[in-house]
Amino acid sequence: MTLIGWIQILLFCAIIVALTKPLGWYMTRVFNGERTFLSPILRPVEAGLYWAGGINEEHEQHWLTYTVAMLLFHVFGFLVLYALLRLQALLPYNPQDQSAVAQDLSFNTAISFITNTNWQNYGGESTLSYLVQMLGLTHQNFLSAATGIVLAVALIRGFSRASVRTIGNFWVDVTRCTLYVLLPLCIVYALFLVWQGIPQTLGAYVDATTLEGAKQQIAVGPVASQVAIKMLGTNGGGFFNANAAHPFENPTALSNFVQMISIFALGAGLTNVFGRMVGNQRQGWAILAVMGVLFVVGVGITYWAEASGITGLNALGLTGGNMEGKEVRFGIVASALFAVITTAASCGAVNAMHDSFTALGGMIPLINMQLGEIIVGGVGAGLYGMLLFVVLTIFVAGLMVGRTPEYVGKKIESREVKMAMLAILVLPLMYLGWTAVAVVLPSAVASIANPGPHGFTEVLYAYTSATGNNGSAFGGLSGNTFFYNLTLASAMFVGRFFMIIPAMALAGSLAAKKSVPPSAGTLPTTGPLFVGLVIGVILIIGGLTFFPALALGPIAEHLAMTANALF
Amino acid sequence: MLREIRPAIVILLALTLITGLLYPLAITGAAGVLFPSQAQGSLIERNGTVIGSALIGQEFKDDKYFHGRPSATTAPDPADASKTVSAPYNAANSGGSNLGPTSKALIDRVKEDVDKLKAENPSAAVPVDLVTTTASGLDPDISPEAALFQVPRVAKARGLAEDRVRQIVTARVEGRLAGLLGEPRVNVLALNLALDSASSKEPR
Repeated sequence: MTLIGWIQILLFCAIIVALTKPLGWYMTRVFNGERTFLSPILRPVEAGLYWAGGINEEHEQHWLTYTVAMLLFHVFGFLVLYALLRLQALLPYNPQDQSAVAQDLSFNTAISFITNTNWQNYGGESTLSYLVQMLGLTHQNFLSAATGIVLAVALIRGFSRASVRTIGNFWVDVTRCTLYVLLPLCIVYALFLVWQGIPQTLGAYVDATTLEGAKQQIAVGPVASQVAIKMLGTNGGGFFNANAAHPFENPTALSNFVQMISIFALGAGLTNVFGRMVGNQRQGWAILAVMGVLFVVGVGITYWAEASGITGLNALGLTGGNMEGKEVRFGIVASALFAVITTAASCGAVNAMHDSFTALGGMIPLINMQLGEIIVGGVGAGLYGMLLFVVLTIFVAGLMVGRTPEYVGKKIESREVKMAMLAILVLPLMYLGWTAVAVVLPSAVASIANPGPHGFTEVLYAYTSATGNNGSAFGGLSGNTFFYNLTLASAMFVGRFFMIIPAMALAGSLAAKKSVPPSAGTLPTTGPLFVGLVIGVILIIGGLTFFPALALGPIAEHLAMTANALF
Repeated sequence: MLREIRPAIVILLALTLITGLLYPLAITGAAGVLFPSQAQGSLIERNGTVIGSALIGQEFKDDKYFHGRPSATTAPDPADASKTVSAPYNAANSGGSNLGPTSKALIDRVKEDVDKLKAENPSAAVPVDLVTTTASGLDPDISPEAALFQVPRVAKARGLAEDRVRQIVTARVEGRLAGLLGEPRVNVLALNLALDSASSKEPR
């Protein structure tokens, strides 16, 4: 580890904190339906959409209607994407003549993108046409991100409102989020990325003759427009197979730094939206503090592990840390930092191959996802995941002092705690359950690339990433098989919607409650005591759930590595 | 519930067209005007033919060129499309080795490469990036140490003085952005092009 490495990490954290407030301010205005500086241009488009859809923007929805609207939106989105994948050979913008994507792979990919996972069982440049990349994937990147954000906003309204039956209008929220938040940011961002060197063309792949006279076919395409939203929307699905490690998706140190910031920016901003909407920004800062502590500890461990390197390679006299599966322009620190960020959020873009990380360096990304990606988290999803843990913490704290627990003026009762527990328990059921099935099924074991404990981690990582809607992978696992395509799709589906539906039920029941003024016995939820309590609850619940699985995978592998055992 | 079907279809289709077609096409148009070279992939032409991209690594095997990092990319086997064969720096199928820290295959491969490099230049420590595969398989850069390590071989193959080659390398080292972001590096293709033009100017 070097001083300059830590300065880069600190600079990153400082910029995120600095962006939180202005982004929170802007998003609060957008979701409160207030005018913004973009209204003169966007308001006519917005109004036109409501008119065409027969939407009365003043009409708010009950939490059930809101959820049904969200689900319908996803069903149709799935059908469109599936059809595009199956029909790509017949459609335009296909200069490489990519053929139709197989049924199971199309199914997996469509589920993957509507759930904001962007798990890639396909190699982008070798499988997909430009039309599918744009109309299929780029568009779902926007919509799944917008959905995550508006669901978080709906849950925030549950906390901030009192004695009402409605939590907003899904159609209005999703339209405003796309038009006022995501699209303007992406336009500026995409052009910045082109300036840095990311291609943006509809032309065919380039045939080059190298200096030594060999042929090299270079894949290009409309890359920048997709990379912008894949980062900002914490989607993470790469245009290319190597994702953000590919020089065309992440050409420079600057593009890398900005990409890291863009993964966290909106998620951090939403904590401020929460604070503003419940009437006390310090409530938002307390949540960001919980995230920040867990984040910095994770970065420290991964950075240390990667800088320490692989025992077997160090023994050959190599120094400078673990560079297997990393790029020179990023080096150790920017690769370690990126890996922790992308899994703390539900992004899943990678600028280095996680499969080649050291055992402990790769364990932190795994833990980040297993905790439910609540450290800033996916846009929206991170905040509602964190609020579920907050509800549990309040409940536990209430039990300790023997008072009815309350949070930001809302009494937390058995219904809220049940909903929070349901959402939190569904995730381990998926990733532990499917891992258990896969490691005893010979045909599934055959997909493992690295033998030994590392192979177990590959499978555990895949289901964890799918359930957490992350999308990063230990890429050695050959996931494009019938078994993995279907089981990973089921993990992605359950991980997304069985978290969302309880969260929405929670929003509905909170909105209907009266607001109680704080009294002398109310636990203050803005101070270090509360921050420490939440961290404790997250680690205890998380630790109890997945520690045994970690012991079989990364921990066993670390011990093997230091003992010079090879597989 | 039925009342939500019309908005679902209208909003989905409208936002699909806006974000999936209008947005990428508008960016394509704007990028072509503002940054035409980058938008096409930062291609480098010499004598009218494209010799590669400034951002994409290519394979160098000849002693007279600086070599890039090992690349684990593959291509479909021409004999059997269901299999793949090793194809370093295949810029149409990016990817890494995905070998883990306790992989015997990894340690064996690196050991072999380290031995080869030690034989080539016994006087310097083998730089780690010269024996580890790149994440994308297309890393255009090597570390300054990895470039300097290869100076004796390249100088010998070209009949140039080592100091002259070292000078060319040093002039091509890119530092951290603002002294802070990223890592110092040398773009291998740019370095080899500079070397070619230096060799053609100087008497051997």
